[in-house]
Amino acid sequence: MDPRLAVIPERLKRVSRIAVFCSGKGGVGKTLLASLAALIAARRGLRVGLLDLDFNGPSSHVVLGAAPAPREERGLVPPEVAGVKLMSLALFAGDAPLPLRGADATNALIELLAVTRWGELDLLVVDAPPGTGDELLDALRLLKRVEAVVVTTPSKLSLAVVARLVRLLKGAGTPVLGLVENMGRGEAEATAREWGVKYLGWVPYDPAVESALGDPEKLLATEAAAKLEGALAAAGILKAREASPPPP
Amino acid sequence: MVHEWALAEAIIKSLEGVGEPVKLVRILLGELQNVDGEILLFALEELKRGTKLEGARFALDLEPAEFECNACGARWKLSDVGVGEAEREAMHFVPELAHAFLRCPSCGSPDFKVVRGRGVRVEVEG
Repeated sequence: MDPRLAVIPERLKRVSRIAVFCSGKGGVGKTLLASLAALIAARRGLRVGLLDLDFNGPSSHVVLGAAPAPREERGLVPPEVAGVKLMSLALFAGDAPLPLRGADATNALIELLAVTRWGELDLLVVDAPPGTGDELLDALRLLKRVEAVVVTTPSKLSLAVVARLVRLLKGAGTPVLGLVENMGRGEAEATAREWGVKYLGWVPYDPAVESALGDPEKLLATEAAAKLEGALAAAGILKAREASPPPP
Repeated sequence: MVHEWALAEAIIKSLEGVGEPVKLVRILLGELQNVDGEILLFALEELKRGTKLEGARFALDLEPAEFECNACGARWKLSDVGVGEAEREAMHFVPELAHAFLRCPSCGSPDFKVVRGRGVRVEVEG
């Protein structure tokens, strides 16, 4: 019997929504958009968490900037950066390479979900690794109530792979909130329509982002952040869900 | 170390669905997870109150960690390699971090598998 699985729903009980930023393709900007989305939501006053599942190449901590180690309190309480509670294996492993095979990645995910105490969250943003391998499949299986924000670039190379991911998500019954086009100017809109997926908007290639990495204030002031905010609003994830009415 | 409380909570939760009255819960602790047995037992005794496990006894067993290198095939133990306190603490929470901190003592590869002694397993006796 694996005691960790029993406690995961308990850890996520007070998390209203879970949005997984995924693409199937590497290098399209999932980490940047996921991290920026968390910062934008926090600025809007939401209680936000960010979970980095790219175990082989975690980098959301680079976008957010220096984060202290998680605090131990009957589990692990994630550190908060610019209003975002961050959990990443990089907070433990530092710069050391972390070569994990499939079963190890699954175990690491189960362990992280079982020990992390997110507390009350309006939104948990999950930065998925590239591909449709163990981490993504396990995230869909273990987090259960996930909704997907699909990220692509306008390149055919990205769209061909992302098309497969969209089919996988639909087949798995995962709600797809929509498609965000990164480093584009609206070229992918027609494709989203073909797929029957809501087109959330485009985020331009913004040279100002590179020098703003690690500085949440600067990042939030970029054009990329402004455009992403529109896309997130279209996805409907920038509002805290109404609390359930009290029982009669 | 207070991860033991999270672990105790997980163990109690995982046994909620067991129908029969439980007399004995055997807990196998992997060496890699570096769990403090005394704290875990204390937490279990505290958390079992008011649950179906109120009358249960807990027995702990330690399983030594053993590794096998995927590159050269060497088998080794945790005591064969040096591990710092900070690294032990990190592996306590996520044992897979061993892949960031440990290397095969024969060939230096970080590509190895944990053959035994990784996590926590629970068995019940009615």
